[in-house]
Amino acid sequence: MKKGDLTAFLVFVLLIILLPVFSGSNYTLTVGIFSGINALVAIGLCILMGYAGQVSLGQAGFYGIGAYVSSVLSLHGGFPILISAILAMIVAAIAAMILAVPALRLKGHYLAVATLGFGEIIYIILNEWGPGGPSGFGDIPHFSFLGYAVDSTIGYFYLIWGLVAAVMFFSINLIHSRSGRALRAIHDSELACNAMGLNVVALKIKVFILSAVYASLAGSLYAHYVTFISPSSFSLFYSILVLMMVIVGGITNLWGAIIGAVVITVLPELLRRFEELDVLVYGLILTLSLMFFKKGLVPILIEKIKKLRGFAIAKH
Amino acid sequence: MLTVFLQFLFSGLTVGAVYALVGIGFNITYNATSIINLAQGEFVVIGGLMMWFFSESLQLPFFVSVALTIVTAGIVGLLMERLTIKPLKNPDLLLMIMITIAVSIVLRGVLMFCFGKNPYVYPSFTEGEPVSIYGAIIQQQTLWVIGITGFCIIVLFFFYKKTIIGKAMLACAVNPTAAQLVGINVSKMVMVSFVLSAIVGAIGGMAITPISLMEYDKGPMLAVKGFCAAIMGGLGSNRGAVLGGFLIGILESMTAGYIHSGMKDAIALIILLLILFFKPAGIFVSKTMLQLRKF
Amino acid sequence: MLSIKEIGKSFGGLKALSNISLDVKEGDIKALIGPNGAGKTTLLNIVSGIYQPDNGEVIFLGEKIVHLAPTKIARKGISRTFQHVELFGNMTVIENIMVGRHAKTKSGFFSSGFKLPFVMKEEREIQRKSEEILEYINLGHRKDEYASNLPIGEQRILEIGRALATEPRLVLLDEPAAGLNMRETRNLGEIIKRIRDELKITIVLVEHDMDLVMRISDSVTVLNFGEVIADGTPLEVQKNPEVIIAYLGDEEEIPRGYNAHT
Repeated sequence: MKKGDLTAFLVFVLLIILLPVFSGSNYTLTVGIFSGINALVAIGLCILMGYAGQVSLGQAGFYGIGAYVSSVLSLHGGFPILISAILAMIVAAIAAMILAVPALRLKGHYLAVATLGFGEIIYIILNEWGPGGPSGFGDIPHFSFLGYAVDSTIGYFYLIWGLVAAVMFFSINLIHSRSGRALRAIHDSELACNAMGLNVVALKIKVFILSAVYASLAGSLYAHYVTFISPSSFSLFYSILVLMMVIVGGITNLWGAIIGAVVITVLPELLRRFEELDVLVYGLILTLSLMFFKKGLVPILIEKIKKLRGFAIAKH
Repeated sequence: MLTVFLQFLFSGLTVGAVYALVGIGFNITYNATSIINLAQGEFVVIGGLMMWFFSESLQLPFFVSVALTIVTAGIVGLLMERLTIKPLKNPDLLLMIMITIAVSIVLRGVLMFCFGKNPYVYPSFTEGEPVSIYGAIIQQQTLWVIGITGFCIIVLFFFYKKTIIGKAMLACAVNPTAAQLVGINVSKMVMVSFVLSAIVGAIGGMAITPISLMEYDKGPMLAVKGFCAAIMGGLGSNRGAVLGGFLIGILESMTAGYIHSGMKDAIALIILLLILFFKPAGIFVSKTMLQLRKF
Repeated sequence: MLSIKEIGKSFGGLKALSNISLDVKEGDIKALIGPNGAGKTTLLNIVSGIYQPDNGEVIFLGEKIVHLAPTKIARKGISRTFQHVELFGNMTVIENIMVGRHAKTKSGFFSSGFKLPFVMKEEREIQRKSEEILEYINLGHRKDEYASNLPIGEQRILEIGRALATEPRLVLLDEPAAGLNMRETRNLGEIIKRIRDELKITIVLVEHDMDLVMRISDSVTVLNFGEVIADGTPLEVQKNPEVIIAYLGDEEEIPRGYNAHT
């Protein structure tokens, strides 16, 4: 891992460990848990969009698959939670592959709408044929592993963010590897990639599946935390929310996905009192971010830090 | 048998007409700017809700309300273009998609704030007995919807074919540099296209509300289905959008009627995906167009 | 090594190539020249798999490759550069070369994410080999710069370096001297010759710079309006009256560098 990323990673792990110590209120931890869950989805989307240069407006579909499949398997099928979650990831991967093969031949608007359509179809399926229909269902077991149930808020906090850390470790390694380079190359010139013998189609499908699996994992964690789910959590609005997280944080930076997830999750809490305005404020934040902070919070912050360092050096 | 079929057919044509208008709205913007405005659906909602506001809440006369609604929609389209599209010099595609989505959220937010989440309705344009065709009961408003849509289509046809402004708008999308060189004010054309597409969408909303009511969040679904209509004939072709819109509406109606009402939305989405995957250039389109288009 | 037989290609009503046949001997530097619009790039695109011809065959090392995808053809040993430089602008110079090594390496998503030992080993190897190539083309000093920041001359050399990273048997160069000044062109010529002499790689060179073409090619094929009008050694082709007419039209225009040689 590059030095900058290693430092960031260590700081990150430190923050995770220390946060409950400094602000251990149930409320903060709960918001933290949801931020972490969203961060998982955002990281996946960030790799897909920022590095591979594709777009997806259908992440809610995979998120929903993760939640529903894992819940049903553990609740009605009696499978252990971990197995259920893994099976859900496999289902999501298969769904992603079925979508990706035809969809990734498309570009830009067409790909965006195709993924949007997919997300909506999953939503309709969950609404019509999911257990409980539009009202959803409950009694989903809490996450447990080898007999140890995780049912305390602080336990969940560490579980979720521990997984975020693990996923970041995996993702950072991926970005700096041969595969990561290939994805970035595809973003710059598919033509050249094909000419150099890269199997562009296969790579795009793989990264699409990756983002789906991340979202599915998040969905399973979500379901086993809130123990009650309904289709409304997995609608187009969520897909757009995740998109916002990636954009606000910085599309080209994995850490940006985490920051963006935290910001976008915390925001509605801050806007509690403006209940009817929340959609409007979301929209305004997204619009303004896109127009003025195109690069996203993290890259802009990094630029500013570099400039400050430059000044400091120049002064001496 | 026939009665039931006709009933479904007409309800399909009704809802299809709105999809056709949304599709046309997409085409208008696309033809002038190569941008696909995913906020297109919100204009329809604006049309319906503002019409309610003027005619029911303010109790203004019918034609005044219609005029004010059209003006409002036009202004919204104008603002969207001036504030979010124009300032960006040479944005990339992804950014454009997301900005139009962002604006659609803002519009939805404003509508939710002003109108809440309730459905709104106002009386049909004409009072009177429903028409009966082979036993099928057709509301008068249905005929209005279909008629108004047809009228819009004809007006737009002449606009593009016969007026200078219309031709200028087409030129802008094909080659903005060349268009500028021949004296076309490209930025004005872009503005006009947004205003026009907003008005077209709003007209659809105004016409359909007496039949199917209007709520603040109908926008996205309308946008998706309208986009589907637009690409059926190849993006940019209004003929295709019209055929596509009616086709989707009818299939939707038939599915809801004969198969399962919950599947109604799914059918349009499935058609959308099938077209995108297998014939993204559209199904009412010629072979040479297929070779030239990029996706 | 490369046999092109009776290739034809039309775009709509426009016939870009008719009945093109030519052979490239192993170890040769074969130049493909002709006025603009003659079909040279189209032919390269057919050989590298980007276009499918309407008729005809392309045989590389005894194998028919016409219906293969560009990725497959690249893996068979044909690499190329592009008329408009297609570098990975947002990546560094060394990274561009490293991507060229992709087809020869195999660490996947899973193994890379978990940083398995064989992945680290392969990564070091990729780094080493890429640095080697970078030194070979004399761009070592640019290693960590973004490819898009390089001057055009170095960009074109970098593109060639990336093509070399795939360990090709045959490299197609599409107007590599376009936009280069005389010094850069001379440098380019040196590198192309070294690639052929030292690395034993066959070259097909599409070019407008006649000085370069006449200096380094072993064999020249001339295209005009989609047809082969001459094929032979540089000297033979220079003296061919049809070639002269094709270039000079009805006399006055002289292609760049033409005078310098005779």
